[in-house]
Amino acid sequence: MSLTRKEVEHIADLARLDLSETEKQKYQEQLSAILDYAASLQKLDTSGIPPTSSVLPPHSTLREDVAGVSLPVAETLKNAKSKKDDQFQVPPVLE
Amino acid sequence: MTNDLISLSIPNMLAGMRSGQFSSRELTEAFLKRLDAVEPKVHAFLSLTPESALAQADVADKLYKTGDPASLPPLLGLPIAVKDLLTVKGMPCTCGSKILEGFMPPFTATSIQRLLDAGVVIVGKTNMDEFAMGSSTENSAYGPTSNPWDLTRVPGGSSGGSAAAVADWSVPAAIGSDTGGSVRQPASFCGLTGIKPTYGRVSRYGLVAYGSSLDTVGVLAHSAEDAALVFRPMAGLDPMDATSMDVPVPTYKLENKTDLHGLRVGVPKEYFIEGMQTEVESAVRAAIQTLKEMGAQIIEISLPHTEFALPVYYLIAPAEASANLARYDSIRFGPREAGSTMWEMFRKSRGSLFGSEVKRRIMLGTYALSAGYYDAYYGQAQKVRTLIKRDFDEAYQSVDVIACPVAPTTAFKQGQHTDDPLAMYLEDVFTLPINLAGVPGLAFPVGFDQNNLPIGMQLLGPHFKEEILFQTAHAYQQGTDWHKRVPVL
Repeated sequence: MSLTRKEVEHIADLARLDLSETEKQKYQEQLSAILDYAASLQKLDTSGIPPTSSVLPPHSTLREDVAGVSLPVAETLKNAKSKKDDQFQVPPVLE
Repeated sequence: MTNDLISLSIPNMLAGMRSGQFSSRELTEAFLKRLDAVEPKVHAFLSLTPESALAQADVADKLYKTGDPASLPPLLGLPIAVKDLLTVKGMPCTCGSKILEGFMPPFTATSIQRLLDAGVVIVGKTNMDEFAMGSSTENSAYGPTSNPWDLTRVPGGSSGGSAAAVADWSVPAAIGSDTGGSVRQPASFCGLTGIKPTYGRVSRYGLVAYGSSLDTVGVLAHSAEDAALVFRPMAGLDPMDATSMDVPVPTYKLENKTDLHGLRVGVPKEYFIEGMQTEVESAVRAAIQTLKEMGAQIIEISLPHTEFALPVYYLIAPAEASANLARYDSIRFGPREAGSTMWEMFRKSRGSLFGSEVKRRIMLGTYALSAGYYDAYYGQAQKVRTLIKRDFDEAYQSVDVIACPVAPTTAFKQGQHTDDPLAMYLEDVFTLPINLAGVPGLAFPVGFDQNNLPIGMQLLGPHFKEEILFQTAHAYQQGTDWHKRVPVL
């Protein structure tokens, strides 16, 4: 399994990561090697085997629908790099 | 006198404070003094809070004087350290990453809050592989931690700072997290006892998420007895974590018995592989022989899907990580790179502020989850995970615990695996299956190699049976002194 440069760029775009040319080269090689290794899973017959998404027995954690205490706005905004009028501020969304 | 305080067992520290032999301030100052002396060599910590620690110690001392002796908090005045992956209000939380530089969490993790309620004194936050991704603590954006047994070697990871801080006697116990071996492998590399509990035993609220179906919070200490005492308050249901389980928590009060008659110990043949360090194999086999001499019945077992655990883990964990780490958008917290649009800002910030292993795993996980590849990679991995879990379910039909090595080698040299991610991943080959099955594991020292580096063994148990692991290791530690050795620094 060998990834193309174009696939690496596509994944980086999906993951919102700017990569340098050196990084693209490195990840292309390393991810290909790791995926080669992971290909060993294909040899197992898993027909009829259910997937495990949680190791715990199914259990319900519902609670009464009552409002609880949440973080104050000032606390929530405290770590933001940029804020305005009690809101997070971001660069323009539309290009 | 004060210098001897740090070498006491945790029960003796607590008894000494309770009886007024010494105060929490004296104990905390003794550890801080040791920390000052060794920290420049080891770099176990990312942030230190000696002033608030001493203030907490004074509060503890006041309570010892005025409180009702029958209802004092169980760990009152005990200094500990916390991995920088768990939030503590008022202390920074970087997760070893530049993308959280300067972040001050607005709330405290449930596990840590319960320890604070139990009376602990927090002296600082410990170094780690960025977002817990790594096996050597070399992936920290703030520089690596050294192994106190040999400063040119890694302490293991990702909880390497927590392990080193206990191994160099800066604190008597430290909290870590274990997603694929991150408590047990550093415990093994540093000669410590480390508990990775059952998934769902300890709340994950306030534990910064890496692989949500695998993440657990654990303890590193010098002995099973010390680890059990610190572990006890953290365990139990938490309404803030829907995956925490309402299973009764025992007292973990360990009996001082060394008779193991009636205990069935399984030894899985798949955990003794070609290429592993021979001294590791012989030390682990000798420890199993010791358990036998103490009365345990040794049964050879098979966990036939073990070889698939590594590829399964390195698809599932990165897939979950790629989703979890999408939250680092430089909007709500963390530094930000300039961009003319929000999308450009995302790409630039994440591209420059995440380290190379984190980006590698995000890429891998994104690929495994992407259209066209989901069934072949993530879907297939989840099915094989079922087979791995069934191996354990079947084994526990005929044995009470499983004994096996923690890692194929002792601590390796810094820089040895940094250019070869696959070689680094192979260090986790014996620890990953446990997280995939969600069962508990306890690592503890069973010998040293010719370079005087600790060798660890792990005991694995059925879901929610941590108690039997603590009890068995405690029995072993009463007859051996590997856990009492001290590195020369």
